[in-house]
Amino acid sequence: MTATARRGDRVYRLATGACAASIPMLLAFIAWVLATAAWPAFARFGAGFLTTGTWDPVRDAYAVGPALLGTLVTAGLALAVAAPLAVAVAVYSAELAPRVLRTPLAFLIDLLAGIPSVVYGLWGIGVVVPALRDDVGPFLRGTLHLGGLPLFAGPSFGPSVLAGAAVLATMILPFVAAVTREVLLAVPRAQREAAFALGATRWETVIDVVLPYARGGVIGAVMLGLGRALGETIAVALVIGGQHAFASSLLAPGYTLASLAANEFAEASDELHVAALMAAAATLFALTLVVNAVARWLVGRVARRGEAT
Amino acid sequence: MSAGGIAPSVDTARDAARITRRARRRRRSRFMTAITATATALALVPLVSIVAYLLARGGRALTPTFFTHAPAAAGQAGGGIANAIAGTLLLAAMASALGVPLGIGAGLYLAERRGTRRAATVRYLADVLAGVPSVVFGIAAWQLLVRPVGHFSALAGGLALGALAIPLVARATEAVLHLTPSSLTDAALALGFPRWRTALTVVLRGALPGVATAALIAVARVAGETAPLLFTAFGNQYWSLRPDQPIAALPLQVFSYAMSPDDGWRRQAYGGAVVLVALVALLTLAGRVARRRA
Repeated sequence: MTATARRGDRVYRLATGACAASIPMLLAFIAWVLATAAWPAFARFGAGFLTTGTWDPVRDAYAVGPALLGTLVTAGLALAVAAPLAVAVAVYSAELAPRVLRTPLAFLIDLLAGIPSVVYGLWGIGVVVPALRDDVGPFLRGTLHLGGLPLFAGPSFGPSVLAGAAVLATMILPFVAAVTREVLLAVPRAQREAAFALGATRWETVIDVVLPYARGGVIGAVMLGLGRALGETIAVALVIGGQHAFASSLLAPGYTLASLAANEFAEASDELHVAALMAAAATLFALTLVVNAVARWLVGRVARRGEAT
Repeated sequence: MSAGGIAPSVDTARDAARITRRARRRRRSRFMTAITATATALALVPLVSIVAYLLARGGRALTPTFFTHAPAAAGQAGGGIANAIAGTLLLAAMASALGVPLGIGAGLYLAERRGTRRAATVRYLADVLAGVPSVVFGIAAWQLLVRPVGHFSALAGGLALGALAIPLVARATEAVLHLTPSSLTDAALALGFPRWRTALTVVLRGALPGVATAALIAVARVAGETAPLLFTAFGNQYWSLRPDQPIAALPLQVFSYAMSPDDGWRRQAYGGAVVLVALVALLTLAGRVARRRA
């Protein structure tokens, strides 16, 4: 090899290495930027920042307890509704549907997963919020007489924690279905063929062979959906109503960490207010980092096993 | 099977039991197929609802003026989102300038060092980074690029979107490069090509259509983001393509119009949303076609 070729190789290796290094560096950099910017708020309010509920710029008192709770409640509810449906959709489109339907279904799911969140938010304002206010709320309280429960107490104005959860569920369903589908497709054919050879029906193959094989990956896909739901900003900001208080009712307006940051940023003028919003963002970052780290590890395990067999 | 007596009837009973059991298992399989099919139909309801709703509300907004004019003053008829379309294109170009080369470089790295521990770590962190909420990118960019200079800027928005695109482009590029036969690489190396020329003129060249599609989809996806732009590009009611000034963007415009009390503006929000969904549909289709060709 000539000297120029060797030099070229060295430059090439350095360049691609630097590009690759940009990824961990970016992650560390974001963590550092947020941590330093949020530090004044954490230092001043301590752990109470995450557990108490006063948000009062006039008195310089900030805490994100309700927003943190709202984040967990909306994401949890959304996941509880969307995850089983998403797995069913993935199973149907990857395993059970007639072959001619599989590709078009995958396209439609990808399309839904690709719709920008602002569009989901717009649809949430126009369709989901009125439906909850005019139909679901009265139904829960009138027909089912659940108004006595704290969960459904109080008037339903429209924008609410429940609306946020409903829009989130709609958004993460196609996303979880798309990832789960990829995971299912990574399960080696031999596994299915062995089950069929033993006389298993299609469904038995899915439930006894494919899903157990892909279990880690499916759980991972669901957790990725959770990560999405925790961090979704615009769609939630448009339908959740924006209220800083612990409310037991799902029909009351609320906040999530991300929608709080989005809504209040324009108004934040003094240093502490900004630091408090930075601390909300840092909390969200930490939360999603943990969820995603575990989720990706689980998904990766299935993919690696699929390659090994 | 034994001849005569009671035995055949026993066998028949057992056979019958086996047959009913199999029929039950088949029925169960069909039943569960129907259940999952119903779930799929249910999952597609929002798609129909979204498209129908947007077209009903925003269809009328889609006039030629809508695509060629900047917004009119509040309460006045007419006006459009041309400045937002131009803004989104500029932001996408900035995002590409940062995200595409870095992403492709990282993708080359990942594809070439498949199996090494370092590549596995980078791949894992890329996936984790792709899962970081876009709003966090926006807030970090604000702290870094907006706060020190004291005003919002297109550049900050473009860089935030570009950073979002890096892990997406990297992973998509790696997936495409993975499909390139290693015999091509081996042949080039055997002919005495240095590694860098092999990578750039053989591997990347062959995979170029796939890589380009992947990059386009990644950039389009981040260009549809609103949250990071709230803190950086901020939006603008007027024509501006200056990188150091606030700039309009399609998703931002839809967001701010959606919150406005003005009927005409709200209609434009729906019109803008129709444009966004149409773009997504187009790119999803392009991605599928490109993948089938590969």
